[in-house]
Amino acid sequence: MIGSAHLAGVVGARLVAASGITIPHIDYTAILPELILLGGMLLLLAAAALSPRPLPTEAYATATVGLATASLVTSLVLWRDVTDRGPLTTVAHSIDVDGFALFFLVTISCILVVAPMLGAGYLRRERISGPEYYVLALISGSGAMFMASANDLVLVFLGLEILSIPLYVLAGLDHRREASGEAAMKYFVLGAFSSAIFVYGIALTYGATGSTNLAEIGAFLARNVVTSDGVLIGGLGLLLVGFAFKVAAVPFHMWTPDVYQGAPTPATGFMAAMAKAGGFAALLRVFVSTFPSLRSSWQPVVFVLAALTLLVGAVVAVVQSDVKRMLSYSSINHAGFVLLGLQAATARGVAGSLYYVFTYGLVVLGSFAVVSLVGGSGEDRHDLARFRGLGRRQPVIATAFAVLLLAQAGAPFTTGFFAKLYVVEAAAAAHSYLLAAIAMGSAAIAAFFYLRVVFLMFSDAGAAAPAGEGATARAVEAARPAGIEPAGAAGGSWVPEPSGAVATMVAPVTRSAAADARSVSSGVVALDVSGEPPVATSPWILAGLGICVAVTVVFGVWPQPLVEFAHQATLLF
Amino acid sequence: MSVHASWYLTLAALLFTIGAVGLLVRRNVLVMFMCIELMLNAANLTFVTFARALNDIGGQVAVFFVLVVAAAEVVVGLGIIVAIFRRKVGATADDAHLLKG
Repeated sequence: MIGSAHLAGVVGARLVAASGITIPHIDYTAILPELILLGGMLLLLAAAALSPRPLPTEAYATATVGLATASLVTSLVLWRDVTDRGPLTTVAHSIDVDGFALFFLVTISCILVVAPMLGAGYLRRERISGPEYYVLALISGSGAMFMASANDLVLVFLGLEILSIPLYVLAGLDHRREASGEAAMKYFVLGAFSSAIFVYGIALTYGATGSTNLAEIGAFLARNVVTSDGVLIGGLGLLLVGFAFKVAAVPFHMWTPDVYQGAPTPATGFMAAMAKAGGFAALLRVFVSTFPSLRSSWQPVVFVLAALTLLVGAVVAVVQSDVKRMLSYSSINHAGFVLLGLQAATARGVAGSLYYVFTYGLVVLGSFAVVSLVGGSGEDRHDLARFRGLGRRQPVIATAFAVLLLAQAGAPFTTGFFAKLYVVEAAAAAHSYLLAAIAMGSAAIAAFFYLRVVFLMFSDAGAAAPAGEGATARAVEAARPAGIEPAGAAGGSWVPEPSGAVATMVAPVTRSAAADARSVSSGVVALDVSGEPPVATSPWILAGLGICVAVTVVFGVWPQPLVEFAHQATLLF
Repeated sequence: MSVHASWYLTLAALLFTIGAVGLLVRRNVLVMFMCIELMLNAANLTFVTFARALNDIGGQVAVFFVLVVAAAEVVVGLGIIVAIFRRKVGATADDAHLLKG
């Protein structure tokens, strides 16, 4: 057995030597974060197959968190190396581990640390046993990492597929629920469609420039002035369409609400965070660093994409009554903000986009985790009404959700505020004033539906509810912008206002409205009876939510380290 | 006798268009599947044509990657289709109509 393998190796080496192909040198330390995830994934599968009894889902979750932490630490060590000695290029220049890639490696590792924590309780409740969720998440994460460090369009495509194919399966993980399978099929058909478009785009770009390597394409375009090359522009357009599908930019967003709604909720959070991280990593690198000379061709297209994404995402989310669907439209809206940084095509814009993707990833994971808790067994309680009074029944969960929603709305003292500020600032600095104005307007519209949920959660908590001081403070904070929203104020830039007056004005109205709704729906006037089943929390999900909220608040109050990180990541480009 | 590269490129573009239109028009999931394969292979033909024209091995190598990925995609896709339509009569995309809004 060993002898024949050795023989095959010798023959292989002779063949290679005879044909004159040089095997590229592989620097394994440069791809160590990916290797940790893939190797760990294989070990997890082997452990699941070999263990005599089925292992509990928490065991897999612990292993996944450990692997993701190892990958995070490796990425940070690599970051130190790269800042000292410059970017690492390996595997025949197809992998380029620079600051930009490492920022995304850190982001993806953070998502992978939190996602298993938020998924474990759900999987136990829905009785989905086995390591599949964690294994697929690890594969998908490694694909996103390859996309982030890819320096070759073929590798971008491979990364895209390694990212996407596990996500198709994750969407259909809950095979008892028909909606889950339907989501998987829709995601698969449209995902494969976008991949095919993307490959054709690579083929045309290759034909026009003579290489699939991003550095060589960049060098070619720097040497030659492209006056009227339809093939190159066509290839570029197809690449953009392929990416737009992946990051769910309007008008290529049709699959998003259906898939996000049908998929198991933790998987929804994961795919929202991961697909956007991987997609934007490759999108920013390909367009900003490889095709800057064709900026005049792609910038107007990205302008239209960003404007449509911002507006459609925000406006359609307002009319949704299903919270999962609402959050999926809100994730479309967020994609528009990240596109703002791409449209600016400056170092500042890219840094803003990086910051946005990092903060968005954790916020969206946490938000969908809360939805998975409230959704209850079988996932049939996703309408807005289920969130009414959550602040009184589950003050901790409701407060966490309120913080995450306020972050999505861009409230000060959360990461969302700085994320929106930086990309809008970058757009304004690049003289895209109209787009910056559209972004502000869409933030104002979006603030309405985020705050509506916050408001609902604390609506019958009242001023003196036993929900604790923090929750009450949040309720007051929620009431303030909700009060000024109908006046059409710009939600992007809040004016600090004496909150007491507005709060007292709004609070009694909602309290009576809540009481009305209660007496109509259940016929019980006593406010203690909620009629909702208890939300089953677990230490795992509380820990995961704690991390999401802590990162959101800490980097919201003290954003300097993360901003520095994002800026250095673009400097090393 | 040699055929000019532009003919191959035109054929590839035509195949790609047939695949894309077919995917959007047809309702049978398996046919939609074949349309995706058609699009991928149109891209492959483009790669090979350009590789010949540029006298560069890179495009031909890319085809191998695309083929492998397409195979992996088919495995997952067929698995999903079988999982959904086990309880249904035909594999029609319109039967999947739970999610809308």
